[in-house]
Amino acid sequence: MEDLFTGSVLIGLLASAIRLATPYLYAAIGETFGQRSGVLNLGVDGIMLMGAFSAFYVVFKTGDLVGGVLLAALVGLLMGLLMAFISVTLSAEQGISGIGVYLFGLGMSDLLFQKLINNVQTVSGFPVAPIPLLSEIPVLGPILFRQNVLVYGAYILVPIAWFVLNKTTLGLKIKAVGENPEAADTLGVSVSRIRYFTVSLGGMLSGIAGASLSIALLNVFQFNLTNGLGFIAIALVYFGGWRPTWVLLGSLIFSFVNALQIWVQVVGLPIPSDIAVMTPYILTIVVLVISAQRVRPPSALSKAYERLE
Amino acid sequence: MRISWSSIFDALLPVIATLAALAVGAVMLILLGANPLVAYGALLEGAFGSFNALADTIVKATPLLLVGIGICIAFRAGVINIGGEGQMILGGLSSIALGLAFPDAPGILMIPMALLIGFIAGGLWGGIPGYLKARFNVNEILSTIMLNVIAVQLMNLLLRGPLIQPNQKGAAAIPQTARLSAAFDLPRLVPTRLHLGALIAVILAIGVYFFLWRTTIGYRIRAVGLNAAASRYAGIKVNRYIVLSLMLSGAFSGLAGAIQVYGVNHFMITDGSAASFTGSAGFNGIVAALFGQLHPVGTIPASFLFGALLVGANKLQRVVQVPAALITALNGLVVVFVVSSELWRRKNARRRAIKELEEKLAAAAAKEISPQPEGGG
Amino acid sequence: MKKFGKLVVLLVLVAILSTACGAAEPAAPAASTGPFKVAVVTPSAINDLAFSQSMYDALLAIQAEMGAENFEFVVSDSMFVVDDASSAIRDYASQDYNLIVAHGSQYGAALQEIAPDFPGVSFAWGTAGDTFNLPNVFAYEAFSQEGGYVSGVLAAALNKSGVIGVVGPVEVGDAKLYVDGFVAGVNATNADITVNVNYTGSFSDVALASEAAQTHIGAGADVMTGSAQMVVGAVGVAKEKGVLWFGTQADQASLAPDIVVACQIYDWAVVLRDIVSLVNEGTLGGKAYALSLENEGLKMVYNPGFDLPADVKALGDAAAKGIVDGTVTIGVGGK
Repeated sequence: MEDLFTGSVLIGLLASAIRLATPYLYAAIGETFGQRSGVLNLGVDGIMLMGAFSAFYVVFKTGDLVGGVLLAALVGLLMGLLMAFISVTLSAEQGISGIGVYLFGLGMSDLLFQKLINNVQTVSGFPVAPIPLLSEIPVLGPILFRQNVLVYGAYILVPIAWFVLNKTTLGLKIKAVGENPEAADTLGVSVSRIRYFTVSLGGMLSGIAGASLSIALLNVFQFNLTNGLGFIAIALVYFGGWRPTWVLLGSLIFSFVNALQIWVQVVGLPIPSDIAVMTPYILTIVVLVISAQRVRPPSALSKAYERLE
Repeated sequence: MRISWSSIFDALLPVIATLAALAVGAVMLILLGANPLVAYGALLEGAFGSFNALADTIVKATPLLLVGIGICIAFRAGVINIGGEGQMILGGLSSIALGLAFPDAPGILMIPMALLIGFIAGGLWGGIPGYLKARFNVNEILSTIMLNVIAVQLMNLLLRGPLIQPNQKGAAAIPQTARLSAAFDLPRLVPTRLHLGALIAVILAIGVYFFLWRTTIGYRIRAVGLNAAASRYAGIKVNRYIVLSLMLSGAFSGLAGAIQVYGVNHFMITDGSAASFTGSAGFNGIVAALFGQLHPVGTIPASFLFGALLVGANKLQRVVQVPAALITALNGLVVVFVVSSELWRRKNARRRAIKELEEKLAAAAAKEISPQPEGGG
Repeated sequence: MKKFGKLVVLLVLVAILSTACGAAEPAAPAASTGPFKVAVVTPSAINDLAFSQSMYDALLAIQAEMGAENFEFVVSDSMFVVDDASSAIRDYASQDYNLIVAHGSQYGAALQEIAPDFPGVSFAWGTAGDTFNLPNVFAYEAFSQEGGYVSGVLAAALNKSGVIGVVGPVEVGDAKLYVDGFVAGVNATNADITVNVNYTGSFSDVALASEAAQTHIGAGADVMTGSAQMVVGAVGVAKEKGVLWFGTQADQASLAPDIVVACQIYDWAVVLRDIVSLVNEGTLGGKAYALSLENEGLKMVYNPGFDLPADVKALGDAAAKGIVDGTVTIGVGGK
């Protein structure tokens, strides 16, 4: 047992966890903004799929990685705007609209894939970009600083999100709108404008989350590439109690246990594969129970705000 | 007590919205080189074109209705249950385990027992997020998403192991159970695939309506959903009713799973996804409940129409040979359009309320008696 | 009362719709002398580069042989919902198709109930070996352990690190057969090599398959294989890290021309060709087929872009020959 679990294995697992957490982070941070302003977007997975396909398509046709990310962001933004239009302007029930957006993205991304590319193909995605000097640090270097650009981006996003939410007027407005839209409205904050902003930002980040799968981590596209990853990202927002740092922690724990369960199978420990696969999901709940958080969701979460005129 | 034009408009609104979504779908069909008229003709034919088609539609609608009435209960208590997929799986697994364990039992005994155990298993699986929420403040959206995945792996484990068909041996074994004894098949209502489960679902939907609006427990569940703080103040044990509502919600999904096994499939098999068994009814049931305006009785026609759409869309795919992905996208469009159309229904309702109030005020003014302020809940 | 009003309106509407389209329904023309018509139901997308695509490619091949005017086929793909698939099978059976192919072992139970209702229609299903003793059902399976074994022999010969990695979906059926055959092939060639196997618990989780491949490489694997449609994620990693790959079910060389050594290909055309001629002669079922190296339904396709040393290829050819003439025992699935 001891020779199985060496330092190098641990480094490998941590590096895996950091990589695996990337799409969750983009999507979950985006969803955090939306939920903080009171909008629950269950369509994340569908938006991710649209983003994943758009990015893949650009890279497949032109090889332009940056162009791929930009198109994914744009498509995500448009899907986010659609979600905002449905949930803010039309004040539709958010959970259900999200399911609709999800189904639309799931079908549409595959339809486009079949019509524009048709066969499963691979592309050359973002290469590993070691950060000079830092990547030479023993132990930490290979874990943290030998990843690709989109992975770095996800981690840079966390402090930015924290800063925006906690240290800026915009963040204050977002939280005010999510806690008490009536009061925010009275104070002259436009509830719909803030929600449009957060939901389309969330869509954009979900689009990039999809791109991180199709042109950075997996470098392929296929029907339902995300396989429900967007829903896990939403669960991680709740795990993190709507705080970017805790969302980061949750994503890392979930991804680490997932990397661990694969490793446990690879080295041939006698555990049924099904049990191994379900452990990250069980542990996420258990960790949340043990940590005994008492974080209250934004008061106006998933409630449409209609001005009485 | 009167049927006004605006309430007819309300009832037709989901249909109008569906038609609008299908109009967008028509553009997509044209782009794919298919004739939308032929395609939608096939959709209607597939859903309603014959007794068999109608039976298929009702069979498809049955799990949607059962999950949907569970969703109504949870929504009324102010909680969201997106764990229907996992709860259906647990209901299916437990009921089939019972049926396989006692293959010689008389059907008249086994069928009710199997449905009951499916109901209980779904209830327990739904009770977990309820308990976690009440006791540890774990959000039910997080726990139900996770429990859905766990249920799938549990299904893989059981269908590969203890529940596998005895003649499936060795490396090439298919992860499926044996077929249940034919004596356990839910009775067919007419010589089509239509089975007793549909009737059970409709009766339960009406029953849940009485439960929610005519019993103390139902009243308390709704009170908790309307205003948890006020309910607590009024002495209602809020946590208890949250757990109860999630349990009931899970129980109806579990029953949907059991009925799917005993009424439709008669065996279970896994391909490593929930949808292969549930047909995504655990999610679509949420949509059906909303189309039914979160009212158990309203969910009956809503499930029927949604079931018709799903069955008809599959027929559409077969007739005009478009990729199945179009059906999924179309399904999403319909959900988005219908949920968005609610805006007009609410506007109508508000207009009616204002009109009613004006009439009351006018009547009161005529009698020169000041109107009584209405008590709020 | 309002609720009842709504119900009435909805029901009336439904009645109108159903009668309207009932009248518009065109009668299906009988086509006994026309082209041979096949309807296929598959559980995943026909472009999955795996199980469903193998059947789709075979249909295209048969169509090319017989001519589009003599052989027509329609497809309902992504029918992973068993209940929807059974509706599709029943619906196709009630039309004028000569043969209905239910391409998934999960469809067996449905077929067993449907086939007796349509005694004049021929059905085929797989992968399985059971025709349920029904006169109008064909069954087909693939001895995928055979190509697995050959790939295992080649992998062992090409392996330098002493570790080989395998990424599987759910631990059952065709995938497990292939994986077990592969492991047997490696062990028979060099028992010192460690073969690490993991199952992702899903046929569709590309991300998990990719991460599994990373883990295998981290554990020292320099040759990998895997089965089912989600392995494209693993192929992507193998390509990036320059690790050799063996494919199965369909030709995956196009995904990574530099590192794919060989793929075991399922050529269902071998089965379909025979079924079509039997149906034309009036035999609607009762026969079970198995693709094997011997009947060339299974083929080892070597990637021309990969420079496989001649002596290694000779080992593979010898293993394949041994399996065909019975001198090699795989020890998996009765082979």
